[in-house]
Amino acid sequence: MAGGAATGGSVQSETYREARTWLLLPAWVTLGILTLAPLTIMLVYSFLTKEFRGGVIWEFSLAAYDQFFFDRGLFGDEPPRIEWTYIGIFWRSIWQAGAATVLSLLIGFPTAYFIAMRPQKERALWVFLVTIPYWVNLLIRTVSMKFLLRDEGPLNEGLMAIGLISEPLGIVNTNLAVQLGLFYSYLPFMVLPIYAAVERYNLALSEAAADLYAPRWTILRRIVLPSVRPGIVAGCILVFVPSLGSFLAPDLLGGAKTFMIGSLIEEQFKGNAGNWPFGAAASMILLTMVLILLILSARPSRKGVR
Amino acid sequence: MKKLLTTAAALSLIAGAASAEGKLVIYHWFEYMPQDLLEKFSEEHDVEVVMDTYDSNEALLASLKAGAIGTYDVAVPGDYMVQIMGNEGLLDTIADGELANKGNIAPEWADPSFDPGRASSIPYQWGSTSFAVNRDVYEGDINSTDILFNPPEELSGKINMLDSQGEVLAMAALHMDIPQCSSDRDQLRALNDMLQSAKAHWASFNSDTAKEVLVSGDAAAGQIYDGFAAKARAEGANVEYAFPTQGYIVWMDNVVLLKDAPNRENALLFMDFLLEPENIAAVTNYARYNAGVTGVAGFLDPSLAEQPESNPPAEAGAGVFIEVCDQATQEVYDQIWTNLKK
Repeated sequence: MAGGAATGGSVQSETYREARTWLLLPAWVTLGILTLAPLTIMLVYSFLTKEFRGGVIWEFSLAAYDQFFFDRGLFGDEPPRIEWTYIGIFWRSIWQAGAATVLSLLIGFPTAYFIAMRPQKERALWVFLVTIPYWVNLLIRTVSMKFLLRDEGPLNEGLMAIGLISEPLGIVNTNLAVQLGLFYSYLPFMVLPIYAAVERYNLALSEAAADLYAPRWTILRRIVLPSVRPGIVAGCILVFVPSLGSFLAPDLLGGAKTFMIGSLIEEQFKGNAGNWPFGAAASMILLTMVLILLILSARPSRKGVR
Repeated sequence: MKKLLTTAAALSLIAGAASAEGKLVIYHWFEYMPQDLLEKFSEEHDVEVVMDTYDSNEALLASLKAGAIGTYDVAVPGDYMVQIMGNEGLLDTIADGELANKGNIAPEWADPSFDPGRASSIPYQWGSTSFAVNRDVYEGDINSTDILFNPPEELSGKINMLDSQGEVLAMAALHMDIPQCSSDRDQLRALNDMLQSAKAHWASFNSDTAKEVLVSGDAAAGQIYDGFAAKARAEGANVEYAFPTQGYIVWMDNVVLLKDAPNRENALLFMDFLLEPENIAAVTNYARYNAGVTGVAGFLDPSLAEQPESNPPAEAGAGVFIEVCDQATQEVYDQIWTNLKK
């Protein structure tokens, strides 16, 4: 909204004022049918009674949330204690997604900066190159990643051939493999927004700072980073949020030995448990967490726009 | 180019509409039904065949219960899932005389416990679930469930389990010699503890790539279906399929007539088609399992009869079906599974 006003969007919208309702209708219908309706169903389901082997019984129940937060023992008749299982699964997922985001930022920022510093004519080519791997399906890319990281794969064999290591690193089926997989899956979502921000950055500011004897590190920290901050925030959100709910990388690269949020929810709908209200409740808790995160990250960037 | 493609698409649509009298919508496992068999049925009966796939019995059930019932004509659930789907009211009944080839069903599969009298189903393929071991890595005796749950040093940390609650927990029950649907609390606690300690030896849970991890060498031992083990061997892996003395899992996939099938007539035609020995033998030759129909022997690939995966040794334990537990018992098992993967 604020961005629209800054670029003069409000003047343009006056032109079509008569037709505004009709022009917005497709957007509202799409949002209503494709976003609000499924979310409402999930919200309602999370407060219903579970039906054995999948499905819901239309009776109000807090059992799903109770199961999430309270542990009543293997047989369900002990006095309730705090349930750490699911909190642990959420925490692990946050940690994995966070590590993937940091990794993406460390690689993505220099990449984006590099592309933005190329001559105007070359930039489109570089951006194009970054997106090429993403024309291939995510599943194929994740499987290829596994082939690269395998004990008998090119990474380990290459490192052994040059004598850096004497036996395979054993990366597949570890948390590191999951983080690498997530990082690789979502890297362009980090590069592209940062690139867009750096491209708009006025290099004269860096030159001015250098003229005033600011060291390079200070220029980066005090001038460049604050200017491109909205791009960095957008990139981090775009990598973190899908990583959090991902189940392909954990299943294929992590060996599915431990649940992540995505696989826990999938199990409730597609697995033996068939506990739809619990799956819905876990989704709602995840949604709430992401929402809080977005609100927190949106606040400072609004201040930046002014 | 674009125009050419559009024209081609339009032509194929017309062709499809002109040639096919009716339609048949199949919901099936992945990598199981040979494509040329579907084409044969399509040509013989002038029916357009559409097939969707799923990757587990539970995924099939979830999809049907979430509203897909009424869009498919036939599905191919495993033994225990036929019983569950029957209890859930998802199956239609085949009246006497509706299937001309019903008499072809092998006598031992004509009245199974999961569908008495074959009221809604016909046999598709049957086989076993056990595990296979890479003989380059481990040379000792493999016919014991210890290989999975208490493995020798050479295999520890190199074991892939099926990512399927039913198969893992049933195998664990055989290992501990307890009932599959136990309600004895000491047994259940012991089962929970045993799985926790066994997990330390496992590298991964994966069903879709159970065969690939053995072929690539990522896993040195893996829980697997007999046909997949045979295929892994055919693809060059030096693996041997085990028949543990404690017992192993037997399964049977069945073609069922779904409730509210939109093309019921064609579904029955298709079931009759699959009861022809020649046709069901084609599936067996492709999937490397066993058919439940009499008179297939002459149509089978001769190497199938000798394949070690289909010939349990004399000292092998009994083959058992996965059992269907009641709700209270099942909830404990669900909890044990969550504990295992947390």
